[in-house]
Amino acid sequence: MQLYDFIYKIDSFCDYNNNWNIMKDLSTDEKYGYFADKRPIDILIKNSIINIDKPPGPTSHEVAYWIKQMFKVSKAGHGGTLEP
Amino acid sequence: MNYISSSGKEYVCLMQVHCHFDFKELENILKKFIGTIYQKPPVRSSVKRRTRKRNVYNIEILDHEGKFVLLKISSDPGTYMRKICHDVGIILGCGAHMRELRRIRSGIFTEKNLVTLQEVSEALYMWKNCKDETDLRKLLLPEEFATCGIPKVIIDDNAVNAITYGAMLTAPGIVAFQNFKSKDNVAILTLKGELVAIGEAEVNSSQILNMKKGIVIRPKRVIMPRDIYPRSWKKHEQ
Repeated sequence: MQLYDFIYKIDSFCDYNNNWNIMKDLSTDEKYGYFADKRPIDILIKNSIINIDKPPGPTSHEVAYWIKQMFKVSKAGHGGTLEP
Repeated sequence: MNYISSSGKEYVCLMQVHCHFDFKELENILKKFIGTIYQKPPVRSSVKRRTRKRNVYNIEILDHEGKFVLLKISSDPGTYMRKICHDVGIILGCGAHMRELRRIRSGIFTEKNLVTLQEVSEALYMWKNCKDETDLRKLLLPEEFATCGIPKVIIDDNAVNAITYGAMLTAPGIVAFQNFKSKDNVAILTLKGELVAIGEAEVNSSQILNMKKGIVIRPKRVIMPRDIYPRSWKKHEQ
């Protein structure tokens, strides 16, 4: 069985190699959830990562807050500051 | 997120030395900083100022001109570049300090797909005013990419909702798996590639083939909201 393409893309993102062992041949019901790379844009916005080139000046916290306002989402955070 | 912030970092750091120095000597001093180092966080820091042990994986001199030295350093998270520059200065005998710093890698995230705030704002404009979401889709990385670098298992549609309610992942729910060892962090995905949860392995993946039942992954952090997939476990009969 070939897994859904997107699953292989996750690992190629950071050149991670770990072979897949397939236990059984199963298909997924399209009624539930979304194919991870075909989510409607409003759902994608709520569950994404943006790799931002933060300029010196504003703090990471400020930038996270701006992103929150720009996308009008309730939650946005950052992955750690430089030199806390 | 915690998994990203606790993974390795890479920096480009501009150091200013306070005197003219011998370049060969500096090279040798920097070599000594590769490996395990002890450092006390600087006075102006938001962490407890207790001597800590960090690994420095590599230091590369990218460029130097006069008193300025441009370094590329890869290290454990929580290593102070400011302190490395300061300590190099002490060993050189005349002092040095950090002028500028940029982090170029945090775990699996590198400068490869960086976007600026302007690009974000433009993509949002295109989506809102021109109904064109292509640019926005290009810069939004689905959260699943955060699991790159850790082993994954794919589970049956029927097992998804139980996991979001806090159930353990047992052997019959597994459709496919990558190799992992007991105690490893493992990501649980659906057949559509959606992240359900991240958990700790209870067994080595080689054991799965011989398991008819039993816990394989103990979820620690559930990401997917409840009831996206149908509830398929039996109601407790009274």
